[in-house]
Amino acid sequence: MKTRIFVTLKGGVLDPQGKAIHHALESLGFSGVNDVRAGKLIELDLAETVTDGEIEEMCKKLLANTVIENYRIERGA
Amino acid sequence: MKTAVIVFPGSNCDRDLAVALEQVTGRKPDMIWHTDTELPSGLGFIGIPGGFSYGDYLRSGAISARSPVMRAVVAEAERGVPVFGVCNGFQILTETGLLPGALMRNAGLNFVCRDVAMTVENTQSIFTSRYKANEEIRIPVAHHDGNFFADDATLDRLEGEGRVAFRYAEEVNGAARGIAGILNAQGNVLGMMPHPERMIEPAHGGLDGRRLFEGVLEAVA
Repeated sequence: MKTRIFVTLKGGVLDPQGKAIHHALESLGFSGVNDVRAGKLIELDLAETVTDGEIEEMCKKLLANTVIENYRIERGA
Repeated sequence: MKTAVIVFPGSNCDRDLAVALEQVTGRKPDMIWHTDTELPSGLGFIGIPGGFSYGDYLRSGAISARSPVMRAVVAEAERGVPVFGVCNGFQILTETGLLPGALMRNAGLNFVCRDVAMTVENTQSIFTSRYKANEEIRIPVAHHDGNFFADDATLDRLEGEGRVAFRYAEEVNGAARGIAGILNAQGNVLGMMPHPERMIEPAHGGLDGRRLFEGVLEAVA
């Protein structure tokens, strides 16, 4: 079963990579981009027996650094 | 003083740190591989070197911080053994939770590799006792992810408790409040981005890094 973990920087945290992407989009002539934030998508192929609680623990213990990042779990059907 | 240097796949400053420790203590450090689960007994100093452990995958220091040897390092740190993390070692110490905050991509996005000026903010710790208060020293940096971040409450606490050991005297990487190195609450764990082990003999261009190791030797021996 595929589960997707979206890891994004918290609101107040500066995102230099997002800024660089923003700048590159503008230099390509794309106008109207107000802001860019870059994050990570981690896909897990999990056994049916893995619980929601275990996925939360994976996020907290390793996949996200909760000092600077938020995470969102999208459990596959 | 008996010392150890932890070596991860992708560490590349482990030998620099080993040379510095041998020069200052007169004794070669034990080089400890990351899969080891126990550390030698009687260590007076544990060094976590710079480099790109695990290729900086996921986040700099994230995978190393969960390696078997780090559980032993955390246990030693909690017993009061001096633990020193430089560059990638600082990133690993924040990822283990021994030090607060996180090291993010440099604000300018560039890899910064040069000597930088910084001030010694705390001269009471075992690592900084050989420096004068507010002394300006020059130590090289070489990093891509050295932009120290913590929330304002944490930064205020670090400042209030005298846990900012070193502060950049020039703009380097966008670090919050110019923080270059911090101590844990007990004062036996130091993490810093600049490389004092690369400023320990005249041929390096200065000796400003040497006193850090001499201070620990004096305190522990």
